[in-house]
Amino acid sequence: MARVWLFGDNIDTDQIVPGRYAPYMTSEAELGKYPFIEARPEFVRQVEAGDVIIAGQNFGCGSSREYAPRALKVVGIAAIIAPSFARIFFRNALNLGLPLFEVDLRGRLQDGQAVTLDWETPALWVDGEAVRLPLPPAWLRQVWEVGGIAEYYRRYGTLPVGGAG
Amino acid sequence: MAAKPPGEGPFSPATLSEQILSHAAGQRVWAGNLVVVPVSRVMTHDSLTPEIIDALRESLGAQHVHNPDQVVVVIDHVAPAASVPTADAQVRVRQWVAEEGIRNFYEAGAGVCHQVMIEDHLVAPGDIVLGSDSHANAYGAVCAFGTGMGTRDIALALASGRTWLRVPETLRVLGRGRFLPQVAAKDLSLYLCGRLGLDGATYQAVEFHGLDWLTLDSRITLCSMSTELGAKAGLVPPVGQAVQGYPVPQWLRLDEGASYANTLEVDLGALRPQVAVPPEVDYVRPAAELGNVRVDQVFIGTCTNGRLEDLRAAAGILQGRHIAAGVRLLVIPASHRILRQAVAEGTLGTLLDAGATVGTPGCGPCVGRHLGVLGAGEVCLSTANRNFRGRMGSPEAHVYLGSAETAAATALTGCITDPTEL
Repeated sequence: MARVWLFGDNIDTDQIVPGRYAPYMTSEAELGKYPFIEARPEFVRQVEAGDVIIAGQNFGCGSSREYAPRALKVVGIAAIIAPSFARIFFRNALNLGLPLFEVDLRGRLQDGQAVTLDWETPALWVDGEAVRLPLPPAWLRQVWEVGGIAEYYRRYGTLPVGGAG
Repeated sequence: MAAKPPGEGPFSPATLSEQILSHAAGQRVWAGNLVVVPVSRVMTHDSLTPEIIDALRESLGAQHVHNPDQVVVVIDHVAPAASVPTADAQVRVRQWVAEEGIRNFYEAGAGVCHQVMIEDHLVAPGDIVLGSDSHANAYGAVCAFGTGMGTRDIALALASGRTWLRVPETLRVLGRGRFLPQVAAKDLSLYLCGRLGLDGATYQAVEFHGLDWLTLDSRITLCSMSTELGAKAGLVPPVGQAVQGYPVPQWLRLDEGASYANTLEVDLGALRPQVAVPPEVDYVRPAAELGNVRVDQVFIGTCTNGRLEDLRAAAGILQGRHIAAGVRLLVIPASHRILRQAVAEGTLGTLLDAGATVGTPGCGPCVGRHLGVLGAGEVCLSTANRNFRGRMGSPEAHVYLGSAETAAATALTGCITDPTEL
């Protein structure tokens, strides 16, 4: 059963994957070994596909490194839910097809709590109850649904922007 | 409605970001609009170029870059290579640069990417410039719209020559007066981080007004540090001695009456040297109030504060003196050109006489990969831009951030020291 991983405010990309563990320094094949390697070492030992990160404001602040959200995707994180995201992290996650939801759920869910992500509604199912998630703009969902920006560009030959104001 | 040049018609007045993005989009756009725009340059560095090549060729299926003359590649993050994996990656980058016919290629030792971009006039006022590095905001020092992006966004821009952006709202910082002696642009940046927080300008642009007298070196510091507020771009209006020699388009100018999301006035004459305390850039305190913080290493360098102005400020404090016993002073000029000038004018000699050691121009230990990485329990006062846990090496090390002046004063005493109190 998928679980919640609870984090605080301002989780920076140096915590998600320290620069010393970048694919440049190690290898792309090893990337899945390094998310939160120093900030929260049990994460990578216990994380399972479908798990969800719930965090505080400004998640992913810091560097442009796409390997931070990529490492979270590689280990199977299904979505990140936080009241706000740093801008480059937001773009990188969008581009990788890793869903982000902008809402503060820290008061409602606990670390380790069992949940199921329902992408269609969208909602998190907790103990038989649905915690609704905000519906992202249609163009963002479209990028996520095709699996990321590269897949979108290959399919449509354009950038995804339009109509969202 | 037909497009008109911003600043001279019914679409005026506009912020600097709105002017630049309107010009590129060919129509008046406002904060909040989503636009697709052509980019003037795309900069990539050694740390991410290998995965950008993979994204370009494998994920996007693009055989070649859209226009090799738009592309700048710099080896600076691990320069020269520190290990077999980084050396192998750099071999791959050089091969790709040759295959693509990219002429703007900078080898290890040329300097930090943002510094060489500005020094070599690869950015111009009014340009839209993307970097595979979050501190690409630095290009706003010459009033370019510089912004950092990750692997797939950069690969898309390389493949298409374009990018998408949400036109940002603008936070205006209005400087009043001038800095006191030994107070620097870095202190203003850190003060803003402390006051506004790490997400104080997320998704926004920051414009720095009232600073027409500020040098180019200091403008780069301010714009580069706007990244630490979460900003998409940081821009200084293109006036003053600092931008002489950079072509300013007629349509790019400060519009009185442009609409700002917020304005923050700062009395520069009241500003004291500031220090960011680990582990976040917005834990900011006046240097004089820190108490007795002993340091093991002082690092003067990076895209934030490795310029000639910084080296001169440090040399001015260290002239005829020697750093404290037990302290290592590491100086890494931000570019080869700065290193040469510092040698020629004697600034580097002064620093060496004071006990400094010098590293290859580039990022140095800022990202914790080589040339001055910290061990557990060590304390460093750095002129860089980030002090996150594990940033410069061991997660048990402690990184404080300050100006070059504060760095020099700290090297002299061995404890974090307010340079105005020496």
